[in-house]
Amino acid sequence: MKKVKHRNSTSRILGISLAVLLTFSTSLFAQETEAPAEAATTEAAADPAKGKSLFNANCAACHKLNQKRTGPALAGVGGKYEREWLYKWIRNSQGLIKSGDADAVALWEEWQPSVMNSFPQLSDEDIDNILAYTDAPPPSPPPGEEVTGATGGGTQGSGISNEIILTALVLVFGILVVMLLLVNKTLRRIAEANGVELVTEEGEKRLPIWKAFVQNQFLVLVSVIFLMLSGAYFAYGYLMQVGVDQGYKPVQPIHFSHKIHAGDNEIDCKYCHSSARVSKTSGIPSLNVCMNCHKSIPEYTGEEDLANGYTKDFYTKEIQKLYEAVGWDDANQQYTGESSPVKWVRIHNLPDFAYFNHSQHVTVAGIECQKCHGPVEEMEVMYQFSPLTMGWCVNCHRETNVKVEGNEYYEKIHEELSKKYGVDKLTAAQMGGLECGKCHY
Amino acid sequence: MASNKKYWKSVEELDPNNSIVETLKQNEFVEEIPVDEFLGDKENLESSSTSRRDFLKYVGFSTAAASLAACEGPVIKSIPYVVQPEQIRPGVADYYATTIADGYDFASILVKTREGRPIKIENNTDASVLGSSNARVQASVLSLYDSLRVQGPKKDGEYISWDELDSAVVAKLNELRGSTKKIVLLTQTFASPSTSKLVAEFAEKFGNVEHIQYDAISEDAALDAFEVQYGTRAFADYDFSKAEVIVSVGADILGDWQGGGYDSGYAKGRIPSHGKMSRHIQFESNMSLSGANADKRVPVTPSQQKVALAKLYGYVNGVSVGGTLPSHIDEAVQSAARQLKKAGSKGVIVTGIQDAGAQGLVLTMNKNLGSAAFDTDAPKMLRQGNAKKVAALVNEMNSGRVGALITAGVNPAYTLPNASEFVEGLKGVELSVAFSMKEDETSTLTNYVAAAPHYLESWGDAELKKGHMSLMQPTIRPLFDTRQFQDALLKWTENDKTYYDYIKENWTASILGTNEWNKALHDGVFVATAPEVDEVAPVAAVTADEEVQPAFAVASALRSLANATASGMELSLYSKTGMGDGQQGNNPWLQEFPDPITRVSWDNYVTVSRADADRLELTNRNVANGGLNGSYADVTVNGVTVTLPVIIQPGQAVGSVGVAFGYGKTTGMKSEMMTGKNAYPLYQGFNNVQEVTLAKASGEHEFACVQLHNTLMGRGDIIKETTLEIFNTKDSHEWNVIPEVSLNHNEVPATSVDLWDSFDRSIGHHFNLSIDLNACTGCGACVIACHAENNVPVVGKAEVRKSRDMHWLRIDRYYSSEDSFEEDNEKKEGLHGLFGDSGTLGGFAEMEVAAENPQVAFQPVMCQHCNHAPCETVCPVAATSHSRQGQNHMAYNRCVGTRYCANNCPYKVRRFNWFLYNNNDEFDYHMNNDLGKMVLNPDVNVRSRGVMEKCSMCIQMTQKTILDAKREGRTVKDGEFQTACSAACSSGAMVFGDVNDSHSKIAELKEDKRMYHLLEHIGTRPNVFYHVKVRNTDEA
Repeated sequence: MKKVKHRNSTSRILGISLAVLLTFSTSLFAQETEAPAEAATTEAAADPAKGKSLFNANCAACHKLNQKRTGPALAGVGGKYEREWLYKWIRNSQGLIKSGDADAVALWEEWQPSVMNSFPQLSDEDIDNILAYTDAPPPSPPPGEEVTGATGGGTQGSGISNEIILTALVLVFGILVVMLLLVNKTLRRIAEANGVELVTEEGEKRLPIWKAFVQNQFLVLVSVIFLMLSGAYFAYGYLMQVGVDQGYKPVQPIHFSHKIHAGDNEIDCKYCHSSARVSKTSGIPSLNVCMNCHKSIPEYTGEEDLANGYTKDFYTKEIQKLYEAVGWDDANQQYTGESSPVKWVRIHNLPDFAYFNHSQHVTVAGIECQKCHGPVEEMEVMYQFSPLTMGWCVNCHRETNVKVEGNEYYEKIHEELSKKYGVDKLTAAQMGGLECGKCHY
Repeated sequence: MASNKKYWKSVEELDPNNSIVETLKQNEFVEEIPVDEFLGDKENLESSSTSRRDFLKYVGFSTAAASLAACEGPVIKSIPYVVQPEQIRPGVADYYATTIADGYDFASILVKTREGRPIKIENNTDASVLGSSNARVQASVLSLYDSLRVQGPKKDGEYISWDELDSAVVAKLNELRGSTKKIVLLTQTFASPSTSKLVAEFAEKFGNVEHIQYDAISEDAALDAFEVQYGTRAFADYDFSKAEVIVSVGADILGDWQGGGYDSGYAKGRIPSHGKMSRHIQFESNMSLSGANADKRVPVTPSQQKVALAKLYGYVNGVSVGGTLPSHIDEAVQSAARQLKKAGSKGVIVTGIQDAGAQGLVLTMNKNLGSAAFDTDAPKMLRQGNAKKVAALVNEMNSGRVGALITAGVNPAYTLPNASEFVEGLKGVELSVAFSMKEDETSTLTNYVAAAPHYLESWGDAELKKGHMSLMQPTIRPLFDTRQFQDALLKWTENDKTYYDYIKENWTASILGTNEWNKALHDGVFVATAPEVDEVAPVAAVTADEEVQPAFAVASALRSLANATASGMELSLYSKTGMGDGQQGNNPWLQEFPDPITRVSWDNYVTVSRADADRLELTNRNVANGGLNGSYADVTVNGVTVTLPVIIQPGQAVGSVGVAFGYGKTTGMKSEMMTGKNAYPLYQGFNNVQEVTLAKASGEHEFACVQLHNTLMGRGDIIKETTLEIFNTKDSHEWNVIPEVSLNHNEVPATSVDLWDSFDRSIGHHFNLSIDLNACTGCGACVIACHAENNVPVVGKAEVRKSRDMHWLRIDRYYSSEDSFEEDNEKKEGLHGLFGDSGTLGGFAEMEVAAENPQVAFQPVMCQHCNHAPCETVCPVAATSHSRQGQNHMAYNRCVGTRYCANNCPYKVRRFNWFLYNNNDEFDYHMNNDLGKMVLNPDVNVRSRGVMEKCSMCIQMTQKTILDAKREGRTVKDGEFQTACSAACSSGAMVFGDVNDSHSKIAELKEDKRMYHLLEHIGTRPNVFYHVKVRNTDEA
């Protein structure tokens, strides 16, 4: 009896400590959400601030302040040329080149065949603002650094506090265990002192429990059946997960963060995985698709996750890996022609005998990618979200209505079939989506 | 009335005492479990120290190990393009129009590519001429991935660079420029205007250049005859759809006669419409596809063919012609002449006799008839070879007058009858270069092997028919370090253009006119429409006629033809549907393709008539497992002896034998593919008819013949046929009988009784396949198309012999004696008193007559996709099931291989994977090497060992069509649904579609009164239906 009590108490202690842990950890997460600090930039003059937004809107695709990109670096450009000349150049560079202006022709010769867009919509004031920004860039970077420093510190701080809380917890648990042992000991002592016999009482009189068990044939039978059934249950469970790679999260040759691309930057899935619209495969984007953007994004400037070591530097190095693979010489802004294709590790491996077509689901049915692939926009590292088993496929086919609106193909068949089944909306299964040969051939 | 003909698949079946056929009838499932694979090796078994106990331990351990190993998934890499080509989207097929012109086969085709790999050949329906592909063209995509291709330029067996080859060749050519020795270009027929121009430029630069074109199987007679009468070295073109009476004397018009490609026009005229269909009379010695399709086939020996042709001319023109023919042949000739005369301009006559006189006579007769099917204004350019020049070349080589020999697309050391002389002469040639895809008989002997690309990797153009231009474009980047002949010529003439630029310039300058190059390239074909030229051309032709006409002396041609005699047996050399001239000998699809007539795969053989076989004691017999064995015979022509196995061919003219070209290659071949014997040494003087002596040789040959694998088992009504007369006059119940069954002691139509409840199939798509037995010529393009589309494995000769062939689609060939028809009965009764109308496979005499000249019917059979499928109900694991769309599904991953379904299938269309046919060294065909695997269709599963497979009605294609429509938000148009076989069928015999679309062609065909289902009385309700074969027996 007392033993049972003991067990009760230990479990209770465990429960309490769990509650403690939970309260601590929730407060911990709360802390984290509060952490991000606002980047408050205190500008001396209004001009560069406006200039910055104009620069980002109009120029940043081709120009950086301190780096050559499609066009030259623009830091201090206001000092290099006449203001009037710059107005003309920015509004119509080709016209200026054609007019035979020496500076313009020299620029063209250096940078051709890249043609600078014309910006007739920019007023003199706008251009002045931009130039103010490009000529006086320092004000913006330091605050930026401060901000990242601050957030960095913040996350680091939370990381440390995490560890502290954990060690504290360990200590608390340790103390609890010691206390328990002590309480137990004293209780025993008290019992002994009071002459209460506890342990030796049961031993002699009764049959050993296993003998009693063996003699009770009914019990033996029941427990054998129970064991067999549960054994079968677990064996089945084990076998059913063979080949199911839900949660498969391999390390990729380039650390590509879907969180940054699809989440932070809200790039549409199908911008990169364009063949999902028309093909059976969603397609891993070819590197030239990456370069559509990364030609002008050579470094990472977003948030960092220092707990996992995802610093800006880390991401920028990953972008460098892309440049190496595609053969892009960032310094000289040109392709070297030496490429080495990236060997991604395939995550979603449907067996050969199952046919799956993305375009059927993406274009025809209009299903969100997330329905099968999970919250990709939150995945720092991509993993397999769904089990990709036949049961999973079939369940969805049973539950999902066919998207017939505006699709002439479905008009007749839907009308006839829904009448036959007496429903308003047909599920994919009723449309024939459970037939073996639809997926297996 | 329905014909009560008796059909038989093999001569053996006609022998009532043949116990093996009887056994086979009882034992419908002839494939045996291959226990010999593990129990056959008795010695090893006995010497092994492994005890039963050990064995069980091993089994236990390996099972555990295997299941543990299976738990860990492999890491699969995906490698995207660095720069993805704009046109390529992974998972979406692209089609390119191109042209095959390999010197033997010419056709405008579409090539399906996936991720930049050509995987399938389709017909180019935009092409007005030769837009259809035969079995060899369909299979040519696999030859691209031949693992034995030569991978770069070679000198004396060592790989060298192209620069080395160029400098050596150019140096030598320049050295020869001043000398008296010739530079000879020995090439295939290119029929290419740009190549001709280029060769002329090459000749101009180096002087003393001779360009000799060489066709392995010569058509010189027809070319010469046409040249005499019309001034061009070409073939007259025929449109058989416009002919009501077709008389062919030895011309295999459905085979490779004059370059082939006539089957689609022919088939159009064969479908009875408005009570009319063409009548085809065939005089021939070997049983050919054309003879098999003819309404009346007269077996005549080659020398009799000549006499018959002369007599035919005589009867048509009322001239008396000498020469003698057996009376029944003479009657047949007279009857043919009567029908030709009656048909007038609706008649046409063709001949395959390799004799300029005979060919000239035919041209004259067609012109005199004013035949609508006959076209000489725009002749065909499919053969340009000149046998005389080739023969002269060999002599010149031997006398040391040839300084350089550059070959392209030919393999004379294999195909020349006097190959040994050629080889000897080659030693005296200072520079020899062979442009070749393989290290074959010729290129292993030349100084240099210039690795040539496959046509799917090359640029080119061709003028298949005058004014009908085609373009060839690469569909894949060259797999190896190859360079095409034309590019080399450009390089050697110091022209820095590529051949592509050269063609483009040539076309823009002289062919396209105002039309766009890109459009022509996109279409693959371009018809030069130059009305002014058209108007001028006939005038020119007429004047040419007038000038040239006297040059062809009808009288002397008649005289020489009529006097043709033969002293002994005559050999007709022919090309097989599967192998052609043999250049694709290393193609396993073609090797395993059963010949449409003999149904033998992996072999060539000598075909002899039953009478000759009996005389020479040559035998064919079936052994217990259904395999065919045959005697060997020594075939001797002018002292050259080739020992070949014998096939007793019903319909072979007595006194004649046939041997096919294209086999017996030994160089550049996988050992499995070195089958048959080379018949080219018998092709002396480029004459396909030779006097021959035949003698029985010792031994017995084991054929891989699929004929007796599944016997009819008494189900005679699997083929239905009738005559045009009955078809036109009688009600369809009489000639297309619906079988009756007994229900409650009343006879009711079998279609009204059913064991199963029917499902409503009126909603959505319901696929049906229609097969018109009238239009099906048995060409077999569908068989290869099915292989390519569905990743059907090749199993090899030994396995085919054991009935383990994997063809999803087979073309059954049935023989029947034509004597069961009433009028023929009467005729025959006069001849043979023994003939009875009992309908049993009676006496020996009847059998003999039947075997002498049977009628033939072809019937493509694939899974019938029964709505009430017997296979589905017996599957213990429900691996095969039915869909609403009418397709019978087969889930391979669910199949456990009990084979109940195959046993329960009345049509015998299910195929069992006895072995793993990929990645298995025992089956060293294309699925066993990385190169060959590139041909696999990524949309279709590659099956593993131990599962059943069968025709899926190309569900991957129907699903794709549906998906395309869904994506575009439209309904599916009629004609969009296709299967691989229906798309490959150029004769229009196979039509596929959705019968629930009431406006579709298939719905119309299903209502046709010729429609019937196979074995209707068993109530399987198939989704494949056939059209009753109608024969035009109208003699008048």
